Amino acid sequence: MIATAEFRLLSTSGLLGYGFPEASLAAGIARNPQMIGVDGGSTDPGPYYLGSGKTVNSSRAMKRDLQLMLGAALAAKIPLVIGSCGGAGSNPHLDIVAGLVREIARERGLHFRLAVIRAEQDKASVKRRLAEGAIAPLRVSPQLDDATIDRAAHITAMMGPEPYMRALDAGAQVVLAGRSSDPASWAACAMRAGLPPAPSWYAGKFLECGATAAVPKGHDCLFTAVGEDHVVVEATNPIRRCTPSSCANHSLHENASPNIFVEPGGILDATDVRFEAVSDRAVKISGMQWKPMPYTNKLEGAEFVGYRAITICGTRDPLLIARLDDFLESVREATVFKASGIEIAPDEYTLLFRVYGKNGVMGAREPVREIRSHELGILAEVVAPTQEIASAVLALARVSLLHTDFEGRLCREGNMAFPYSPSDIVTEPAYRFSIFHVVTPKDPYEMFPIEYEAV
Amino acid sequence: MAKIREIAEVCKSKNAGPFELTIDVVFKEAAMFERVRAAKILGPQLFARLYGVNAEDVLFTEYPAGCAFKATIPRAVSSGDVGDTDVYGAQQHAPLLEVDIPL
Repeated sequence: MIATAEFRLLSTSGLLGYGFPEASLAAGIARNPQMIGVDGGSTDPGPYYLGSGKTVNSSRAMKRDLQLMLGAALAAKIPLVIGSCGGAGSNPHLDIVAGLVREIARERGLHFRLAVIRAEQDKASVKRRLAEGAIAPLRVSPQLDDATIDRAAHITAMMGPEPYMRALDAGAQVVLAGRSSDPASWAACAMRAGLPPAPSWYAGKFLECGATAAVPKGHDCLFTAVGEDHVVVEATNPIRRCTPSSCANHSLHENASPNIFVEPGGILDATDVRFEAVSDRAVKISGMQWKPMPYTNKLEGAEFVGYRAITICGTRDPLLIARLDDFLESVREATVFKASGIEIAPDEYTLLFRVYGKNGVMGAREPVREIRSHELGILAEVVAPTQEIASAVLALARVSLLHTDFEGRLCREGNMAFPYSPSDIVTEPAYRFSIFHVVTPKDPYEMFPIEYEAV
Repeated sequence: MAKIREIAEVCKSKNAGPFELTIDVVFKEAAMFERVRAAKILGPQLFARLYGVNAEDVLFTEYPAGCAFKATIPRAVSSGDVGDTDVYGAQQHAPLLEVDIPL
């Protein structure tokens, strides 16, 4: 590999389905990228998506992005590579995205070799790995045992670049992968072109977020050239500029440390990186290092917690606001009493009141103790093993909020303003992240089977 | 004395995975970053006090390349679990805004 070799990658946005301007894609294609990609996923929207198998973005929005990207990639004869398909990247998410790609191909008469790389882990294999001592906690992890594994709705492992490289080596023109380390799909393409891991992984750190590292931020395309010891990043939309400070700040995003990134097979160390402007829109970043480590993949799992009903209301009464904590305690007692009357015991549900205007945003960590607002928003919530119980208790909480007496009460017709009829709202079920660990696999491929298909 | 809200270019919070929260404060100029660093107010002890966690659970990083400080702490409730107030962790930065820095 000659010293001037570089590999060019184009990312369309921070997440499949966020959208991007078509002109930005065209401007990126004009730079002759050697792959197009987009990150598909994140744990950021919470556990519901992994737990339920639903996608974060709508199929309509994902299909729009896929149509443009697929057309551009096939026309330019370069691979289209998408990681963490559908958000959480377990089988249902991946199957939805693969279904959209097949649908577009049918509608447009497109033909290509597709690789689908799965990241969902069956429970028996996770239990076996746990028994073998191959699973370890992260810095902050829940307890893991066989019962936790049994309760999980879905468990994924986060793949590194190796399965992508194998799929591309096998001639895949479109690679759709389940849960992946965010930079892995990009690192795979650059390393496969012979570039070292350090700049390849580092490029992925920027590409996975699209034009987020530029100013102004926006859902837009990022073009990146990877060299032997550096990367150059540039947003393709002329209204966005990558600057040394915008790029340095991007390193802080969503990571525990701005310098140390633990990845499958090593640590990307950005402690000594330098950011230099190469134009008023592009930044060269160098000095990153890759330190090989024993190979690990992260495991993620989510479990069902219960069914949920909520109601939203507000009070404008200063007498009530002055006695809020006592009032809510009375409402809780009234709800528990009435629920026991319909044979629902207190341990069958969780009843929560969130008070916006007091500590709705920070909860127990809120340092401001006194209430300074003339009105308060109250969100009452019940989570229970059945929707019937959740909705029944929530209805009792709602009526208790409205009618419970408090000392000095003048508003004797009702304590709360409810904006909706019906006031009681059934939400999607509640899930929680139950597994967040690392596993040492036998090799980087064994947990991620690849299926090939002629579309 | 100056409050963080008066001298920072960016002050923000976000999830770092579902079980941790990361809080960043960024200064526009290296000179201001160095003055704040020299004041020795920002550190694990401060974040432990502001967020009610143990200082040994605060991962604190000075980041001169970005004129920034970063603190990562355990979440009180994991993202989206029952009782969580902020699934994205994007609105947990406010206590830092009011911190006085002797400059």
